[in-house]
This record gives sequence, structure tokens and C-alpha cells, in this order.
Amino acid sequence: MGIALNTLLMIVVAIAIPGVINRTRATLAGRKGLPFTQHLRNVGLLLRKGSVYSTTTTALFRIAPAVYLGAAIVAMLFMPVADLYPLISFEGDMICFAYTLALARVAIILAAMDTGSSFEGMGAAREALYGALIEPALMIGFATLAMFCGYTSFADIFAHEQSFNLHLTIVMFLIAYLFITIAFVESGRVPVDDPRTHLELTMIHEVMCLDYSGVDMGMIHIAGWLKTACFSMIAANAIAATCCFHWWFAVPLAILLTGLSIGIVESTQARNKLVRNTTFIVTISALAALIFFIGFLLQADINI
Amino acid sequence: MIYHITDNRASAVALKDIPEVDYAAIYNDLKERLCDEHYHVAHYFATPESSRLKFYIVLLDDKEQRVMLTSFAMEYYEEVALPSLTAIHPALHVFEREIAELYNVEFDSMPWNKPLRFPFNRRNRNSTMDNYPFYSIDGDSLHEVNVGPIHAGIIEPGAFRFVCNGENVLHLEIALGYQHRGVEHEFTSTDNRLRQTLLAEGIAGDSAVSHATAYAATIEKLCGKSADSNLWVERTVALELERMAMHIADTGALSMDVAYQLGQVASEALRTMTINTTQAWCGNRFGKGLIRPCGSNKPLTAEKAAMIRENVSEIRHRYSEVVDDIKSSPTLLSRFEQCGIVPKAEMQRIGGVGMAARASGVKRDIRLSHPYAAYGSQIEHNSIRQSDGDVMSRLMMRCSEVLQSADYIEQLLASYKPTEISRPDYEAALAPESLAFSLLEGWRGEICHVAITDAEGKIATYKVKDPSLHNWLALAIAVRSEGISDFPICNKSFNLSYCGHDL
Repeated sequence: MGIALNTLLMIVVAIAIPGVINRTRATLAGRKGLPFTQHLRNVGLLLRKGSVYSTTTTALFRIAPAVYLGAAIVAMLFMPVADLYPLISFEGDMICFAYTLALARVAIILAAMDTGSSFEGMGAAREALYGALIEPALMIGFATLAMFCGYTSFADIFAHEQSFNLHLTIVMFLIAYLFITIAFVESGRVPVDDPRTHLELTMIHEVMCLDYSGVDMGMIHIAGWLKTACFSMIAANAIAATCCFHWWFAVPLAILLTGLSIGIVESTQARNKLVRNTTFIVTISALAALIFFIGFLLQADINI
Repeated sequence: MIYHITDNRASAVALKDIPEVDYAAIYNDLKERLCDEHYHVAHYFATPESSRLKFYIVLLDDKEQRVMLTSFAMEYYEEVALPSLTAIHPALHVFEREIAELYNVEFDSMPWNKPLRFPFNRRNRNSTMDNYPFYSIDGDSLHEVNVGPIHAGIIEPGAFRFVCNGENVLHLEIALGYQHRGVEHEFTSTDNRLRQTLLAEGIAGDSAVSHATAYAATIEKLCGKSADSNLWVERTVALELERMAMHIADTGALSMDVAYQLGQVASEALRTMTINTTQAWCGNRFGKGLIRPCGSNKPLTAEKAAMIRENVSEIRHRYSEVVDDIKSSPTLLSRFEQCGIVPKAEMQRIGGVGMAARASGVKRDIRLSHPYAAYGSQIEHNSIRQSDGDVMSRLMMRCSEVLQSADYIEQLLASYKPTEISRPDYEAALAPESLAFSLLEGWRGEICHVAITDAEGKIATYKVKDPSLHNWLALAIAVRSEGISDFPICNKSFNLSYCGHDL
């Protein structure tokens, strides 16, 4: 029962975040904006359509969206929602989570190269670079959690750390901030990428999916929502663990944390120059390292 | 004296008054003269005249407000290579390329004689866009990116070929106009002056008022009817409204391209307000139907003038807030500054015009150098310039010019007294065997229309020059060694016209 609710809530979070982003953007722009469920209707439309394939592509190109979505679903199943229990959980599942998402990335990069388009090749190169650069941040973030809590499974980490103590609170809030920043990069939002742009030359994630249509495109969109939901949920769990470790607190928190922060950033600032993205992402890794050391010092009760 | 001297307000010039001299004399004179930055060639074209090919040059002296006309001729089928001026002054490349493409005139030692626009009446029908050899560089670490050959948004011909090293652009080649519209030819194929006016309005949709005004002024010079000063005030207001609308739209477009939503939506709203003001005046948001030769169907009444003043002051107020916001946003500054630089010397060399040239610090402003309409009489025009030549400078040019235009409109309308404006005249006889030209500063830059009439007073040749013709090369230079992902903002900072090239 708990497991089914957990999975269901993850799906709710995944669906709600894009809606919150769109509503936030519309409100801040003073526009009427899209309805909350517009992204669902768009994907619903895509799923009812067939796909068109370029003659230069191979089977690789056709398999990729399925691998991409499959990996995102599996990753989602690792994720606990506060006090509920996820479907899949074992020692070390956080490593498995990270590399399941890496598998998704590899699939879509290979598919982009498969089209032979110069645009998509550029997108694939960018995605590979940024993917490689964000990986240390992700792994150091997980390492901090593991070191601080003594477990290597999401479910165990969050379930066993609910007592209020100042050290835990500091580390958990920093972790929450880290994973929201990672969510910006992983889901290709401003300032790293711009999901709304029509300019192929500036795109990162979107340009890799230029040749996809219909069902395939729908699957890629859904996978993107799930990925964002996972990172958002890690952040929400981290905060919930310090004050109110219940699913009914973590779910709205996950939706609002990412939805509002992405919405506000996208409304008020421009995206980075592409060369500056590298610095931006490496800085996230540096931040992760810093959080790791703070965690280490606090845990060992070292006062400087 | 190898030139006939006139100015931008003078009437048409009889063809016999334009000296016909040796090419050598012109070559030697221009070779020297164009080294001085006060001189530039506004138009240089060839046109068949009985069995001969006649070349006309419109040279501008920006310091003395003089326009200098000269011509030379050669036998139609004569195969003599003329020494190329482009080799010394690259600014002339567009003119020589056009002449070479249309009439097979050979220019000796011309650096790169590539087709200008593949027109339907080109001499070499075998040269097409399909077999055009784009410039390429060999190298294992280089790759080419092709954008086009049709723009995905505006569905106009524009093939961009980038040679890149990773994310960096080494070279960009632009090929335009190969779906030739034949606008210049259309002007001569009808005597109906209303149709010609509509044609002028359609030369470039974003400069409808500018091109229509240039056409109207050319025709008025040929008829010898000078429009009265109130009509010129109206036209100036319309031109400045067009400038405001386009500059505001581009501010929004630049914001959109860097994903800055606030600047985008605010500018889009203001742009709508500006073009709606034009609509409330004349019924069309782009000012089509407003400008007519020798008169107007939509005279500016006192009520309309008050409405325009009120809207413009509101737009001015709100837009200055947008400008302050842009100037104080570090994320925007980091995108726009030091990006897409065209240094002054380079801009001067390739003959850039208009606001893009002024953003690099080059003095090019017809409103100042060759005043027309209310400029130089009711308005003391102060030409705004920047010095850096980057995307930010071009954006700041737009921002300052919008505010300046708003001031000019306010200034003109504050003292405006509506009078009886005559209805347009489409029938007046044109002076035979004459040449009339009209120069004006559209929002993008220098627009030049030249008309030549035959013995019966019909238009025999009509030449149009849109500022984009010169500035496309500036774009190609701006993106060199920039990241390819910055091409869109460089492109948008110039916002050049595809159809303005395809005439």
C-alpha cells in the first residue's frame, strides 16, 4: 500500500512541477499563460501521433526514447517520498540511481549522433560535456548523505534521520540547495539551457530531440519530468527529514521548491553564455565538495 | 569636374547634366576620395541605354551635405575588364558584384566575385544556389554547420554556412536572395503609380513607411512638386514611429534569445502599443497606406496628433524603465557585452550603414549628413553613436534611439498646426530623361531609391537599396571567433532584412 502510494505520489510530483513552472512564469510576466495541465495535453497529443523517422537513422535512434524513458522510470522507483517506502531499495541504490540516469543520457546522445545532423552533433557534444561535469556534484552529494547518515540507500538514509538536531539541519538544507541546483542542470532549464528557445544553435537538450516526433517525443518529455521529480524529491526529503517527515509535507514541498525556483529564475534572468555553463556546473561540484567537508566537520564535531 | 553636385532636397537632375567620364578618371578619383571617411557611395549601378551600358554612381559627401553624381558608359557587349574598386575599398563589393552578375562586366582583381542574389535575369544561368560553392576550410578538427537554405521562421531565402572549430566559428558565409523577387523590375513594368507605391511599401515589410517615403520623395522630385512642410512633418512622425516600433521589437527579441522573459514581454507589449498607434492613425499597423506621393489620404488631424503624443509619452516612460532594467541586469550584460564585435575600422572598410555602423562609432546618419523631411529644419538632429561595436552597443543604440524618436515626435507634434493636405497625385507628369534619387535613414539605416526616366517621362530604371545590403557582411564579421551559440543574438542585434536584399 505504502509502496503504491509512493509511486503514485512521485508521478504526481512529476506532473505537477512543469505546471507550477508555467504558472509561475505566466504570473510573473503578467500574462494569462498556459493552463496548469497544458503540458499533459501536449504530451497526450504527441502520444496519439505516429512517429516519422529520417532514412539516415538506424535502430539505435528508435530504441533510444524507450531506453530514456525506461531508465527514468527505474530511477523514479528508487526514490522514497518521505516516510513511504519505494518499490526498489537496496544497499547502494543511490549509485545505481545515478548511473541509470547516465544510461538514459548515453542513449539519447548516441541517438542524436545517429541522425548525422550537425545541429544534433553539437547538442550531443554539449550534453556529454555537461553530463560529465555534473556527475562529480551528484556523486559527492550522495557521498555526503551516505557519510552523514551511514547508509547508501535512499530509503534508509531518509527514514533513519528524522530527529531534530542542528548539525543535521545545516547539512540537509545545504543538500537540498545542491540538489535543486542539480535539477536545473539535469532538466535543462535557464540559466544552463532554455527549453523554450527556437534557436537550434543555442539548444542543448532540445536540439538532440529535433528529429523525434510523436510518441517518441512524448516519451522524452515524460522522462524529463520524471528526472526533475527525482532530484526535487531528494531535496524535499532532505528538508522534510529535519522538521516534518511525512509524505503530505514532502510532496507539496518537492513541487513548490523546484517549480517556484525554476519559474522565478526563468522569469528574471537571462541564460548563460554557453562557455560560461562549464564554470557554472563546475561551481556546483565545488559547492558539493564544500558541503561534503562541512558535513564531515559537523559529524566529527570538530569546531574550527 | 567629373561630378554633378546636388543635394538630398534638390529636385531631379537632367541626364545631360550628369557628366559622362572615363572609367579611369572615376577609378582614380574614387580610389583617393573613399579613403576619406566623409565620402561613401550610396549607389553604383549599371543600366542598359540603347546599345550601351551606362553606369551611374551616387557619391555622398557627409561633411558638406553634397550628393555627387557621375556616370560612365561602355558598349553593351564590350569585353573589357574594368579595374576593380572593391580590391581597394571593399565597401563597394555589393555594387560590383551586382553589375558583374547582371551584365557580365568583368572586374579585374576583384577579391571575391560571388553572386549577389542569383536574379532571374542574370547572365550566367548555370550558376544557381544548388551548385554554389560555399567557402570551406579543410581540417580534421573542423566541421561545417549549414543553417537554411530557407529561414525556418520567416520562410525567406537565406543560406548560412558556418565553418566551426568545436563551438567556435571560424568563418560564416551568407548567401541570400536566390528566390529573386524582381522588385526593381516590377517598378518599370507598370505606369500605375498607385501600384508602384504599394510595391514600395512591400519592399521590406518592417520598413514599409521608410521605403514608401523614399519612393514618394523620388516621384515628387521627378514631378517637380515638392510636398508642403506639414506633409513632411507627418512623414517624419511616421518614420520615427516605425523606428520606435522596430527598435522596441528588437529589444524584446534580443531578450527572448537570451531567455530573459521580463524584457521580452515588456517590450512586446510596448511594441504592440506603438504599432497600434500607427494603426489608429492610418488603419494599418505597419503604416501601409499612409505615405502617398504628393499628398496623403490619412492627414494628421489635431485629435490624432493628441492621441499620438499621449501614447508616445506613455511608451517613452515605460520603455525607459525597460532600458534601466536591462542596463542593471548582470546576466544580460554578460551575454551582450564583448560579443559580436565589429571594430570601427572594419565597419568603415566594409561600408556598414545605419544604426549598426553608429554602434561601432562610424558616422553614418542620413538625417544628419543629408537632411530631408523635418530633419535639419524643425529638428536639430543629434546623431547617437556608441563606440564598442558589440551586441550591447547595438542594443543601446536602439534604446537611445527609441527615446530620441519619442522626443522628436513630441517636439514636432507640440507645434503642429493641421492644415489642408492635398490628396495624393498619381497622374502628374514626370520630367523626361532625368534622374531623381532619395536618401533617407530608415530604422535600419540608409535607404536609397534612384529613378531614371526615359524620353516619354516613364520610369526606365528604378534602383532600390536597402541598408541590409551592406550590413550582412558586418554580421559575418561579427560572428568570427564567437561561439556558434551566440550567432542568434549577433544576428538579432543587426536584424537584417532578407527581402531587402532580394530586390
